[in-house]
Amino acid sequence: MAKTRDVLLDPLFNNNPIALQVLGICSALAVTTKMETSVVMAAAVVFVLSGSNLTVSLLRNLIPTNIRIIVQLTIIASLVIIVDQVLKAYLFDISKQLSVFVGLIITNCIVMGRAEAFAMQNGPTDSLADGLGNGLGYGIVLMVVGAFREVLGSGTFFNQPVLPLAAEGGWYTPNGLMVLAPGAFFLIGLLIWGLRTWKPDQVEKAEA
Amino acid sequence: MVEHYLNLAVKAIFVENMALAFFLGMCSFLAVSKKVETAVGLGLAVIFVETITVPLNNLIFHYLLKDGGLAWVHPALGQYDLTFLGFLTYIGTIAASVQIVEMVLERYVPALHATLGIFLPLIAVNCAILGASLFMVERAYTFGESVVFGFGAGTGFALAIVALAAIRERMRYSNVPDGLRGLGITFIVTGLMAIGFMAFAGIQL
Repeated sequence: MAKTRDVLLDPLFNNNPIALQVLGICSALAVTTKMETSVVMAAAVVFVLSGSNLTVSLLRNLIPTNIRIIVQLTIIASLVIIVDQVLKAYLFDISKQLSVFVGLIITNCIVMGRAEAFAMQNGPTDSLADGLGNGLGYGIVLMVVGAFREVLGSGTFFNQPVLPLAAEGGWYTPNGLMVLAPGAFFLIGLLIWGLRTWKPDQVEKAEA
Repeated sequence: MVEHYLNLAVKAIFVENMALAFFLGMCSFLAVSKKVETAVGLGLAVIFVETITVPLNNLIFHYLLKDGGLAWVHPALGQYDLTFLGFLTYIGTIAASVQIVEMVLERYVPALHATLGIFLPLIAVNCAILGASLFMVERAYTFGESVVFGFGAGTGFALAIVALAAIRERMRYSNVPDGLRGLGITFIVTGLMAIGFMAFAGIQL
């Protein structure tokens, strides 16, 4: 049990998929302009990641090595299609805002990476825990970045105003940069800096 | 007509740069940008594969998946709407064409194959490639437009990754704070580059 717990909790801060392993950054940056989209995206990735890890792990002894990438991609793509159809049916507005990025979960390197690196070698329970842990580690970064970008960029949190905008008689002038692409890059950079200052063993070695 | 295509290409290369405006292909963008040489290799491979797969997926969408797209086979098949199979088909097409391109290159153009080397198989799971196909469907490009868009999107990505690699090579001589070294500073540099590319916004030919 101790191992399963480690597998679940390790990716949250010690081995975070975005901050340390540099996986799955594409969607992390693109969907985080608002909390709402960040949360939906995080939930979608947790679902796909744990689903694909579990399925791949159950089938790991049946998948021929030569075509394993195609098999993994098919499993992942089917799960993503389910997510996409559910979002279109029940959360149509958010699905429009996420546009192509739901589909891009297929090529999110976290999903492929965990299927290939972990689920192919480990049993279903551990694989499920690994999928959940990595999904949540990804989700945490997404929500932190989303919170900063929405509060500083539009003065709202989950679409509820928290900082009264100057345009509406308040005092806060929104920082437009936060809503644009560069703001996301700066935030993730600073987030990594913060995390590595807190856990100095993650600092990269100087290149010779 | 030519102006329309030119405009689309400029938009895909500079204004809506895959890497800097839509964050696509970030994994390889950060991982393969340590040296200019390798960055050029990956950039070329992305241009090559996108110019092939985006038009191919365009044909697949219009003649197989779209609502009523199958009517050319038999009128009775015209009632099917297979768009929900999109993701699976596009990624399948991409994986297959990458494989074919690799085999053809290895057989007939060994020099190019040696340059692109390990990057070709990696590209099958690069979000910039799948992203371009998904954008093509979402924006309803025609076949001609999809050729231009595929080429433009690939060129934009190549331009961005080569520029970043050049900056990172230079950065080896600077004294970066410990926690920022490597990944952290790369993000900040990319952010600055994204601001630079925003200057292209609104350019129309």
